Amino acid sequence: MNFTLRIWRQKGANEGGRFVTYEAHDVNPGMSFLEMLDGVNQKLLVNGEEPVAFEHDCREGICGSCSLVIDGIPHGPDHGITTCQLYMRRFPDGATITIEPWRAKAFPIIKDLVVDRSALDRVMRAGGYISVNTGGAVDGNALLIGKDQAETAMDAASCIGCGACVAACKNASAMLFVAAKVSHLALLPQGKPERTGRVGAMIEAMDREGFGSCGNQYECEAVCPKRISVRFIATLNREYLRAGIVESALPSDSESPHAESV
Amino acid sequence: MTKLDSKIPSGPLESKWDRHRFSEKLVSPHNKRKLTVIVVGTGLAGASAASTLGQLGYQVECFCFQDSPRRAHSIAAQGGINAAKNYQDDGDSVGRLFYDTIKGGDFRSREANVYRLAQISGQIIDQCVALGIPFAREYGGQLANRSFGGVQVSRTFYCRGQTGQQLLLGAYSALCWQIERGQVTMRPRTEMLDLIVVDGQARGIVVRDLVTGRISIHTAHVVVLATGGYSNVYYLSTNASGSNVTATYRAWKQGAAFANPCFTQIHPTAIPPSDAYQAKLTLMSESLRNDGRLWVPKMPGDTRAPREISEGERDYFLERRYPRFGNLAPRDIASRAVKAVCDEGRGVGPNGHGVYLDFAGVVEQHGLDVVSERYGNLFEMYHRITGEDAYHAPMRIYPAPHYTMGGLWVDYNLMSTIPGLFVIGEANFADHGANRLGASSLMQGLGDGYFILPYTIGHYLATAKLPPVTEDHTEARKAHHRVLNRMARLLAAKGRRTAASFHRELGSLLWNYCGMSRTKIGLKLALSSIPTLREDFWRDVVVPGTGDCFNQELEYAGRVADYLEFAELLCHDAWHRQESCGAHFREEYQTGDGEPTRDDTRFAHVAAWEYREGASPILHKEPLAFEFVQPTTRSYQ
Repeated sequence: MNFTLRIWRQKGANEGGRFVTYEAHDVNPGMSFLEMLDGVNQKLLVNGEEPVAFEHDCREGICGSCSLVIDGIPHGPDHGITTCQLYMRRFPDGATITIEPWRAKAFPIIKDLVVDRSALDRVMRAGGYISVNTGGAVDGNALLIGKDQAETAMDAASCIGCGACVAACKNASAMLFVAAKVSHLALLPQGKPERTGRVGAMIEAMDREGFGSCGNQYECEAVCPKRISVRFIATLNREYLRAGIVESALPSDSESPHAESV
Repeated sequence: MTKLDSKIPSGPLESKWDRHRFSEKLVSPHNKRKLTVIVVGTGLAGASAASTLGQLGYQVECFCFQDSPRRAHSIAAQGGINAAKNYQDDGDSVGRLFYDTIKGGDFRSREANVYRLAQISGQIIDQCVALGIPFAREYGGQLANRSFGGVQVSRTFYCRGQTGQQLLLGAYSALCWQIERGQVTMRPRTEMLDLIVVDGQARGIVVRDLVTGRISIHTAHVVVLATGGYSNVYYLSTNASGSNVTATYRAWKQGAAFANPCFTQIHPTAIPPSDAYQAKLTLMSESLRNDGRLWVPKMPGDTRAPREISEGERDYFLERRYPRFGNLAPRDIASRAVKAVCDEGRGVGPNGHGVYLDFAGVVEQHGLDVVSERYGNLFEMYHRITGEDAYHAPMRIYPAPHYTMGGLWVDYNLMSTIPGLFVIGEANFADHGANRLGASSLMQGLGDGYFILPYTIGHYLATAKLPPVTEDHTEARKAHHRVLNRMARLLAAKGRRTAASFHRELGSLLWNYCGMSRTKIGLKLALSSIPTLREDFWRDVVVPGTGDCFNQELEYAGRVADYLEFAELLCHDAWHRQESCGAHFREEYQTGDGEPTRDDTRFAHVAAWEYREGASPILHKEPLAFEFVQPTTRSYQ
């Protein structure tokens, strides 16, 4: 198979970028999209040119490193997968494919197709955890958690933090990412003690990082490689509302569960 | 001169760890604040250690080369984590987990280490539950278990096929808390390139900021390496593309002994390689062997479609050779059995590199829905990669390099031969002997990080004399120069071949001569070919661009350069070990029916190698004493 690739090239965060066209010849239909790019880079290297920078690591859809917008869609045309799980047999022979980085204010470009997603880590640090020390935990079976409840928590917890939801959203909102984490912890008894403070702290951090607000377009769900449902955004909204009511009922000097971490 | 002192406490096996913990010195809380710890790597071992050390009050500086600590390769572990909880009441116990692991490792691991791991296994599960990890549950709300390769009890806890992901996200969340509290300083996109040793003690590292290219010195009172395994030396493996040997290899060159590098695990159930462009092999979880049956046609060269081959014409080779364990035989044994039938010309698929993993029986018995619930995501992954539907035709699978039991030598306290350099998780050699059982790596990584290192590191910090060391120290400057020189040498390489082409060539050399089976002649050939390949690399490799910016090819070329040296150490170790044990199969040492022959009189030892500049490495032996179990022929028949 042969393809024409329009790839976004940009030297660094403070420099302008542009599309550059490359030809990919003799592509095997069984190649993954990233292996096809590997091939392009090998040729560039031998010709003394700079290879195209793009991120990848596990190449089996779980680490969340790969992050390409392919023909306008984060992770490409197939549903429920990451770019590294996309295979060239999916494209018609002779197609022109446009490849861009995640585009969002909160994700500055580092080089070519590589962006800085550390904003997501900072949102996590604002409250995406249960504050328990190592040691002294009760027996795992002391907490009974219904199968359905555990499965729903797992649906939310399976987020890989790739940021495709942000890249797909016209507001560059990280609502699905935050919703997944908040829902996962709110659904489990272990997450209850900090439930009220967590949701507000994470939403505040999200705003601080420059992510936009949710416009209920469901683009995020459509591109999520783990098919995380927008129903969790509803859960997040409920949690937020609930926290507001609980907090307003508390004495004003009561400490937020995250007070010590501020 | 390297001295190996395993520091294993004396006395009864059951109370060694308790007594050891009591005899260890403690650091008082107000002193912990003044002590700095460097942790390199943020997988299960690194993240659990860094978070726990931060919580204890130490000042931790933590490094990873990924853009976020959450992306470390532990994330890709699929199957589960073992613990001797005996929730199923099926005869499990600490003793049995200990024995299974010792036997699974073919009597090449330390009794005391393995027993301690089994003892703390239950605590690990409790800790993970407390962190909010959504383990699979039964309808009544209790934790669910499944069985896993190489054992006869159900002791594996799991989160669908994403157990590693959930455990890592749990450890990462604990790390996030400590970063937020200011106890841990996190430095992502930073690669360790050298170790700083001052007066015989590990006191810092030299790193490169992968975005700006800046090379900097970081000093501390103690250094912890949690940098994973080196399966990618084979080029094609199930590891993430970034996983590499650089940190442990550079530490080796500074004096840390490297133990049992030839113990490399080849996992039986990966999707077969298809073509030369392939960049990685994808693992199909071992859990598939709970229900899937492995077979090949009895007749060599039989190219009929699998469903046209009648039951009588099939060879269910694992069930035939190992009737007691059948398709659940441990990984090394299953991989070798696959290789044996393929070598006989009975392999299926392109180049005969594959065997069938068939689910027809379980589909018939339980229906498609049950199979889909258990393995849906794996069948989907298989379909995407191969274009084939495993619900209606058997999968094809073939072994792939997956995990390395070898690693830097550590004593019972997880300290290497360099005082102050601790090594945890897959990066050390400690607990799996010559072969690791399924679902044990997650247990070991978290055991080291949450429950072992935090105790033992305290004793070192409380007892060692640790004068201040700053960035200006001569040894720090020297290490800095070593890194700068190497960078300059790499950047000057403007040849005609890519680093990947050398890596691929090295990988195929190792796979052929130091892979699933090894011979004296093959190893000799590998040992004579590697130096030539290495010279070719330095003469003809091309590294583009400059060092003062984001340059992925420069990072990669540096790692390949280390593989080209490390591969020789691996082959030296395989050459020296004239026996077949666990994952290390020397063709000269086998029985008439192809079973490995272990040699306990000559090789019941850990082989720890010391670096010598410009010469072959020196071998040191740590004898393995078996006081509590009797090494027997490891039979699964």
